[in-house]
Amino acid sequence: MTAAFVAGADASSEVPLKRRLKRAERTRRLKALALILPLLLFLLFTFLGPIAGMLWRSVDDWEVRQVMPHTVAALADWDGKDVPGEPAFAALAGDIRTARDAGTVAIASKRLNYALNGFRTIMSGTARNLKTLPEPGNAKDTLIAINPAWGERATWAAIKGASGPLTSFYLLGALDLTRNVDGAIVAAPEEQAIYRDVFGRTFTISLGVTVLCLILGFPVAYMLATLPTGQSNVLMIFVLLPFWTSLLVRTCAWIVVLQSEGIVNDSLRWIGLIDEPLRLIYNRFGVYVAMTHVLLPFMILPLYSSMRSISPAYMRAAASLGASPVTAFLRIYLPQTVPGIGAGSLLVFILAIGYYITPALVGGAADQMISYFIAFYTTETVNWGLASALGAVLLLATLLLAVVYGKLVHGQQVTGGMKN
Amino acid sequence: MSDNHAPRTASQRVAWITTVVVASLVLVFLMAPILAIMPLSFSSGSYLTYPLPGFSLRWYEDFLNSPRWVSSLKNSVIIGVASTILSMVLGTLASLGLAQWKSKFKPLVLAIVLSPVVVPGVITAVGLYFFFAPLGLTGSYAGLILAHTALSTPFVVITVSATLQSFDMNLARAAASLGASPIYAFRRVILPLILPGLASGALFAFATSFDEVVVVLFMAGPEQRTLPREMFSGIRENISPTITAAAVILTTISVILLATLEALRRRNERLKGNLR
Repeated sequence: MTAAFVAGADASSEVPLKRRLKRAERTRRLKALALILPLLLFLLFTFLGPIAGMLWRSVDDWEVRQVMPHTVAALADWDGKDVPGEPAFAALAGDIRTARDAGTVAIASKRLNYALNGFRTIMSGTARNLKTLPEPGNAKDTLIAINPAWGERATWAAIKGASGPLTSFYLLGALDLTRNVDGAIVAAPEEQAIYRDVFGRTFTISLGVTVLCLILGFPVAYMLATLPTGQSNVLMIFVLLPFWTSLLVRTCAWIVVLQSEGIVNDSLRWIGLIDEPLRLIYNRFGVYVAMTHVLLPFMILPLYSSMRSISPAYMRAAASLGASPVTAFLRIYLPQTVPGIGAGSLLVFILAIGYYITPALVGGAADQMISYFIAFYTTETVNWGLASALGAVLLLATLLLAVVYGKLVHGQQVTGGMKN
Repeated sequence: MSDNHAPRTASQRVAWITTVVVASLVLVFLMAPILAIMPLSFSSGSYLTYPLPGFSLRWYEDFLNSPRWVSSLKNSVIIGVASTILSMVLGTLASLGLAQWKSKFKPLVLAIVLSPVVVPGVITAVGLYFFFAPLGLTGSYAGLILAHTALSTPFVVITVSATLQSFDMNLARAAASLGASPIYAFRRVILPLILPGLASGALFAFATSFDEVVVVLFMAGPEQRTLPREMFSGIRENISPTITAAAVILTTISVILLATLEALRRRNERLKGNLR
């Protein structure tokens, strides 16, 4: 058989063999793809699709378009300089009558109320008082008689701004911006402009937690990397066990320990250091303590693995060349831990900016991070456009940091490979 | 390695002792709160303070007699097991494919597959909430199982891929040259060798689902509340000793998972050592 095969190979020219190889390679690739495909399709349905849907919601402006189609059409050519003419009023009256019969007035007025505070009242009052369709040519006077707001440019500008199909309203809102009557981007009114504060707070808390994790994690990683393997494996349990313990258990534990009748306050009172219990939880302090506790292992583990790979020969060489221990540490050891510091810090920061459960349970009202507001606008006051826009900003920040993290860790692997 | 920083001078010794003291304090910080609440669950009193008035199992009794807590534990197990099975099937197939697939798109596909780990929980939860509601999948076991599968599969892919990387493909070729069909070779040669890796992947997947609370918060109806979800409401309302009993139960399960993983890792290292 082998002989026949060899003979056959001899007889055929180079090209078919190449082609056969190519075909084999292609089948291999298709088989490999067929194995990956189920997961990709699954994620499309359970992850990518939902996230794309959320992003779409942050720019989708369907409410007014669907409930008041004639008004939207009539305003298509409106220049926005003056109150529109009779046809727009007639279309509006018709739309409101239809919407009232269909029971959809609330859908449009909710959206319009975001654009112009008080629009809900204008809409509901008009829907209630518009008993019959106005006489042709009389719509403008009738509507203005019901509510003088219809005679104002801002009212119409709000409808025009909300007539879709796409809107930048929610995304601008997430950045404390809005459009004025003339469509120019301006700062949002003060009582609505809270999100830059929230993003700033999210950033500050995450940065603080990252720094705390680095300060606390560095000596631990250093000790674990320096001790003999047997000892460090035992001590590693102190890092891995909390790492594996449920987030809820750890958060609950901190509340029990730090609350005013908790273990810390009781002990301090017993020693006589304090008379009144200290406020240690349901404030910023509690958030820092609990989040640092939860995220610390994510700092220790990458630091530990980068320190483990530092050869002791470098430090010995530095010492033999006359470097003092401090100089050797700062000039030789520390620079080699920089990739580990970078990876650990980025990881902690990425995880921290998305935190929801811990701040929600141990923080006060002024300590809630961006995730809390996304959840709030999704389930409490239903404003899915704004929830999605805030989510889009958080997602963008996370993905950018993740790309940097990927490059950093990948780069480490490459250089690590070269060292070996 | 061990004598890396063996203190040579007095100042070095001081530096090393300082490091050890500080590091030990941090390790205490990591463990203390978890250890602190455990004895409270055995208290005979209803206050969460020391000293304990006496020992009792009444809070565990309370846990086991409460339909809310028991059904939440049951839900956690059902959703955890189902999503683990599903993520094992999808993740293992994908890892086998990724191990053989060479393409310039591979980093992109890998990034997509791993992305559920990176994306904040709230974003995943809100997206799923919008997406699954019109399909009738919110407030259902199916919806939660699908969501948890998406969140756990990356861990399966990471663990199984790492195992496959250390797997010697020549063994599969040898099996093929001896006439084994690909499926037979997989079942009799590849599978037994990568089984510890698969087991670790399954443990990771189960732990991910068992711990998850954000998606459950958005998607679960009253019927599907899991143990962490029940703890979340418990902590919100008021912390009773029953919650500390629930915490001890959850922690015990985590410790068992961790110990099993560690045993698997040790076994794997020993096997590798023997091969060398």
